[in-house]
Amino acid sequence: MAASVPMTNGVTQVRIAGFGGQGVILTGMLLGKAASLYDGKEAVFTQSYGPEARGGASSADVVISSDPVDYPLVTNPDILVALFQEAYVRFRPLLREGGMLIVDDELVHPDAGETGMHAIPATRMAEALGRRIVANVVVFGYLVGKTGVISRDAAIKAIESTVKPKTYQLNLDAFSAGYERARGDRVS
Amino acid sequence: MTTAASASNPTRIVETHPIDKVLRADRFPHILCPACGIGSIIHCYVQAIIESGIPLNQHVCVSGIGCSGRAAGYINVDSYHTTHGRAVPFALGIAVYRPDLHVTVISGDGDLTSIGGNHLIHAARRNVNLTVICINNFNYGMTGGQAGPTTPLSAKSSTTPFGSWERPFNLPHLAHAVGASFVARWTVLHIRQLKEAVLRGIHKEGFAFIEVLSPCPTGFGRPNDIGDGLEEMRRYRRRCHVDDNAYLPEIDIDLTNDESPIVVGNFVDVDRPPFHPALGEPASTTAKPDPDRADARTQSRESISNGR
Amino acid sequence: MGADAKVAGSTRLMVGEHFMLGDHACAEGALAAGLDFFAGYPITPSTEICERLAHRLPQVGGRFVQMEDELGSIAAILGASAAGARSLTATSGPGFSLMMENIGLAVMMEIPCVIVDVMRGSPSTGLPTLVGQGDVFQARWGSHGDYSIVAFSPSSPQECFDLTIRAFNVADQLRIPVFLLMDETIGHMTERVVIPPAAQIPRTPRKRPTHAPGEKLFLPFKADSDLIPPMAHAGEGYNVHFTGLTHDERGYPALNAQAHEELVMRLSQKVSAHASEVTLVEEVNLEDAEVVVVAFGCTARSARRAVNLARQRGIKAGLLRVITLWPFPEEQVRRLAGSGRVKRFIVPEINLGQVCREVERLTSLPVDRINRAGGAMISPQSIVEVIAA
Repeated sequence: MAASVPMTNGVTQVRIAGFGGQGVILTGMLLGKAASLYDGKEAVFTQSYGPEARGGASSADVVISSDPVDYPLVTNPDILVALFQEAYVRFRPLLREGGMLIVDDELVHPDAGETGMHAIPATRMAEALGRRIVANVVVFGYLVGKTGVISRDAAIKAIESTVKPKTYQLNLDAFSAGYERARGDRVS
Repeated sequence: MTTAASASNPTRIVETHPIDKVLRADRFPHILCPACGIGSIIHCYVQAIIESGIPLNQHVCVSGIGCSGRAAGYINVDSYHTTHGRAVPFALGIAVYRPDLHVTVISGDGDLTSIGGNHLIHAARRNVNLTVICINNFNYGMTGGQAGPTTPLSAKSSTTPFGSWERPFNLPHLAHAVGASFVARWTVLHIRQLKEAVLRGIHKEGFAFIEVLSPCPTGFGRPNDIGDGLEEMRRYRRRCHVDDNAYLPEIDIDLTNDESPIVVGNFVDVDRPPFHPALGEPASTTAKPDPDRADARTQSRESISNGR
Repeated sequence: MGADAKVAGSTRLMVGEHFMLGDHACAEGALAAGLDFFAGYPITPSTEICERLAHRLPQVGGRFVQMEDELGSIAAILGASAAGARSLTATSGPGFSLMMENIGLAVMMEIPCVIVDVMRGSPSTGLPTLVGQGDVFQARWGSHGDYSIVAFSPSSPQECFDLTIRAFNVADQLRIPVFLLMDETIGHMTERVVIPPAAQIPRTPRKRPTHAPGEKLFLPFKADSDLIPPMAHAGEGYNVHFTGLTHDERGYPALNAQAHEELVMRLSQKVSAHASEVTLVEEVNLEDAEVVVVAFGCTARSARRAVNLARQRGIKAGLLRVITLWPFPEEQVRRLAGSGRVKRFIVPEINLGQVCREVERLTSLPVDRINRAGGAMISPQSIVEVIAA
């Protein structure tokens, strides 16, 4: 397991930000569903519907806790996943002090002073699996492996109950690729 | 029911009319003015109900607001006197949920084509199984004779004191253009033809639209010097021209020009599939898409409309 | 004859645990309640209800119609309900405004139906995709004249499911339109929703005529002692007449002051007479509370957090979560106000003070308001500040 799950007062706020077509909404859905239905936790998933959702930007927010979640919105993420540059620029300042940053390092070029960042070439790994479209699930696997915010079993159950059956194996492979990279790749 | 003939006088005194059972006789006297045409139209509808052979309890009458909208209240079937303009969508709800029922809308030109115009064209487009009897008296009669979308050019009304300068609807042309399966126009002078048209509408699978020209001596006749209701009927007799094959774009009504014909007839009768909202296949026979499975529509939406 | 004739129970009810959008949970609640007929016009942020039912309702034997506008949508659900269907429409502020006309007709004709309003920033087109809670008074007073309705306000997707079922039951019981006043945050939030088996889903039937058609004259608007008349549906042979005009027990127009007095009073009193059965609140930490936050919908979630944070600071704060907005829980507020223990109320809401007015008229204690015009939730911190002030 990861050393410790990023959280504040027992609550983990996760923001996954990318652009349309990267599947960030599905990633948020998988994370919240896994926590809520398969991991005995409470979770709320929201997505940006506002004018900021224009221009192709897209973000998925998940709040996970062992207690019922009252306030449903992500304010200062404990975990920020940025899958393109604008998302990094926009949301990096909101990341909680000491929070975890995960980026696709082929799509995001962090500031010079950025430390403690976790980078995964998710899009390239997905291409290696044959389908660029599952990059989001590679990221999901990496997120789960790196943070332990939900269990691997719960994550797989969420994938199984969410994606179309004919794409299950592909998604499982993508998840495993991300997960294993996280487990074998402790420091970036 | 008839009274028993007395022994001394074999004359049988009929106390009821054959159509009484289809009328709410307990609501008479009605509110309509002398020489108003609406009563004749109610009679035609009631006669069509009787001749349809369809049990009374399978007929439903829906109306909107106005003098014509009061028609529903005099007919002894399940009847709904709804809000202004909304008779057609209310009737749609009944017709879609109970496709075994025969739903007829009786309402006025202002109700159906002005405030309810959008509902009318969409119900026709969908080919909802309704019979719509649109009583066109060229004005808003109940409220004292204001102009509406059927008021003829130059006709006077309380809101067109100098004569109307708006081009009125040509309703059969409109109904045809938006997809009605059966379209007719008659006048209250054409009692048999009108009853036949309503009967055809009732039996028609789909949207039937029947315009009926009807005198409103109080609201429309008086300011336009038509004289009484009988005089308007005489004009119908003089000017009406039956032509089922009329070219609909050219059958506008000019009531004030005594030389122009008023074309009536059963203009359109086509078969199109009536509106039946799709029923899903029974669960056991088809693999249905799971509403919670990720697909482009439900889960992976990356942006949504910014609303309207 | 109805559309539910071929319903397969197992597919109508998605029994089990789901991670589900609030709008979808509302649609599933309607299906669980036995929804027969939906008519609607898509509008953000209620569109997902419409889409879900477009997908689901035809598969379980119901009828889905996308109408030309909201005027037609509500007219269609009233027609279907008059023919016996459990009927629903869903909209947001601009569409809700258009529906006001026939909400009055539903009241006057005593036609049960459920109307969902997913509130967004308003007035006018306002903020289509962002939260608001400004339709509270519109739901109560939006159509012309005096009448009473019932409105529920869910604070979670689970409650969207549960309260939609309850809305149908109350609508059928009282023969009124019942509103589900969701807000954009709740409608667009995904959370665990548990759908119970059919046996655990209550169904209140409509009161129906007790004699066969033709046996004797049926008076469709003659109420029993509970002020509710039995309802005959189109096509059953009772030859009923329904009108939006003031009418007598026969359903015939009766255009005079006495008939109007009797009808309008009964229509209003039939709701107040059953208010205690339909008025729901959740009480959180109220036993010893000196400061009571009154909140509903998504704002109640912020308020709950705020109350907990205040308690951590040693402030005796509690939450009265209003689940039934109308009839407003007057008794509960009065009881707290008269307890001698409560010193003040705080009403946070995403409008300029609608529920606050209700609380103010029920107590002489100070009532502090926290108002936002719309577009964002009220944060727990801003409520804590007022609690601690």
